Amino acid sequence: MPDWDEEKQAERDVYGTEVTQVETVDARRGGEFVDEEIETSAKPLGLWADTWRRLRRNKLALVGLGIIIAFMIVGSVETVFYQAHWHVRVSASTRPEDPGYLAPYDPNQVDYGLTPQGIGSPPSWKHPFGTDFLGRDVLSRTLIATRIAMLVGIIAVAIALTMGLLLGPISGYYGGAIDSVIMRIADIFFAFPYILFVLLIMSVLGQGFQNVFIAIGVLGWATFARIVRGQILSVKTMEYVEAARAQGASDLRIIFRHVLPNSMAPVYVAVAMAIGGAIATEAALSYLGIGVQPPNSSWGLMISDSVQYLAAGNWWWLLFPSLALIATVFGFISFGNGLRDATDPKLKE
Amino acid sequence: MAERLLDVKDLSTQFFTHAGIVKAVNGVSFTLDRNETIGIVGESGSGKTVAALSLMRLIPDPPGKVVEGSLMLGERNLRTISDDEMRAVRGNDIAMIFQDPMTSLNPVMKIGKQIAEAITLHQDKSKREAWKMAIDLLARVGIPDAPKRVDQYPFEFSGGMRQRAMIAMAISCNPDILIADEPTTALDVTIQAQIIDVVREMQAQFSSGVILITHDLGVIAEIADKVMVMYGGRTVEYGPVDEIFYNAHHPYTWGLLASLPRLDASEKERLTPIKGQPPNLITLPDGCPFTVRCPYRRPECRDDWPELEIVGAAHGVHCWVPVEERQGLRVQLPHFKESVI
Repeated sequence: MPDWDEEKQAERDVYGTEVTQVETVDARRGGEFVDEEIETSAKPLGLWADTWRRLRRNKLALVGLGIIIAFMIVGSVETVFYQAHWHVRVSASTRPEDPGYLAPYDPNQVDYGLTPQGIGSPPSWKHPFGTDFLGRDVLSRTLIATRIAMLVGIIAVAIALTMGLLLGPISGYYGGAIDSVIMRIADIFFAFPYILFVLLIMSVLGQGFQNVFIAIGVLGWATFARIVRGQILSVKTMEYVEAARAQGASDLRIIFRHVLPNSMAPVYVAVAMAIGGAIATEAALSYLGIGVQPPNSSWGLMISDSVQYLAAGNWWWLLFPSLALIATVFGFISFGNGLRDATDPKLKE
Repeated sequence: MAERLLDVKDLSTQFFTHAGIVKAVNGVSFTLDRNETIGIVGESGSGKTVAALSLMRLIPDPPGKVVEGSLMLGERNLRTISDDEMRAVRGNDIAMIFQDPMTSLNPVMKIGKQIAEAITLHQDKSKREAWKMAIDLLARVGIPDAPKRVDQYPFEFSGGMRQRAMIAMAISCNPDILIADEPTTALDVTIQAQIIDVVREMQAQFSSGVILITHDLGVIAEIADKVMVMYGGRTVEYGPVDEIFYNAHHPYTWGLLASLPRLDASEKERLTPIKGQPPNLITLPDGCPFTVRCPYRRPECRDDWPELEIVGAAHGVHCWVPVEERQGLRVQLPHFKESVI
């Protein structure tokens, strides 16, 4: 029997009462936690539950989230059905007026309601967004273009994020020469005018929309790498990182199990913002004619086409794709903003 | 004769900074046997933690470096084995409990997962077995309802429970040596006592050697077998706990003991501080680092470091004041006049 038990016994002998004994035993067994035990039945909120609770109060962010979800649904429904549906329909030369899944008409079918002047017809019940200069249904084309916009946003940011999450932690955790090299390269990426840099990469890779993903993705890594690096610089000095090292964990395990997961909150925000940015960039590239190529449909491309005919008064095929583009980018950015406010501990009430 | 676990000789650790060389630890030697607890005391910046981190080879390099000494863990010298071997030692042979339980657990990882990780790092166990062991360990360190608690995150634990979880993690691989770096500093007094109990209980169960770093002499008195008093990166006095408390020989140890608050003191009585500032570790004198603050300093103190002088059973001191004179000085101190500590 270790001597400290004897001490305890001595205490009991001194105080003698039943109560003291219970207290002593309780203290040894961590009895003071029994109270908390009851409290924990009202489970404290986790990070995401807490974030969601605060996000819900931010109307603008909710609108953004709603827009994102709506466009995601449109984009994915069209992605699933586009080819099977329209190609079968076109080849079977069924009547083009048949309503489709979401897009009411084949987006590439021409000659819907061309005016005698050959500039397309204004919005009507039959064509709510009007038709364009080839007589294509603007509503169908706008909806179909959602797919490309969403794909560009998600895939390009996924590429950027992957690169950023590999290079950022290495840079931040090891520091020294490797950090300097990676961050100076990131500086170079920041120093170039963005659109010019994308144009440069596109001209090297060639046109085509896979290359749009790659160009935007490759350019985006520096942002994520910087954010992650900054986070890691502060997280790696935390005591739990030293504790993990004292347990014999390897560098890789420490970086990817302990440091990185604790550095992610600002990254989620940056992802939401970056998706909006990537969609806008794709539109800009398509507008400039090096992004999505006709006859595929893209908001940027539609805006570009429409501008040439604006003088003829065809406002509708500039307006609707522009609205779609603005709404999507606004959705992602306002959601990102809301997410940042909701995860920022300094703004907690 | 107890099994010798650790034999540290002439450990010196320095940090090479822009301002100069910080001599954090200068020629510290101590040993640790199985079932033994050594307390390392000293004020902030005296080199206690750096000495412990040097053992674990966790000194950030650059700027830090162990420049001298041998750290024998059984037959192995921790200074010369490879990084991979060292990683196998950490957690498995030597485990560490950190000061602040609020920050030494990963906030985004479940408690059970963190303990299980420590187990799977060193033992050939499946995730499920490790998880079961985690539950068992949590129960052993006195966390009620361990099967539920194991599935929770650190923020759902109180400070004392987190420290228990840290201890569970540290003992998960049954280490020979447990380093506790101020394990109770961040906790309130009742929890401190419990944590000290848990450490002692675990030591008894696993028959480990414990290195307890603290500036709380009360904790030392309670669980240490022997004490090393550090000042300015040097060991100034080293001996069995009773010798240090009742028969201290170094003026710094006297100062430490005198500065303790006393139960029998009147309300108006002030604490007795050690006058002066802790030394600048860059510009340490060659001699005794305590010289400038020492009320009994002599001409030789500043320039020469006194040899170890044996003053009792396993009790050594580094001091230029002659031993007969020290006896006389000590009995004049209020602290030693009465027997109350």
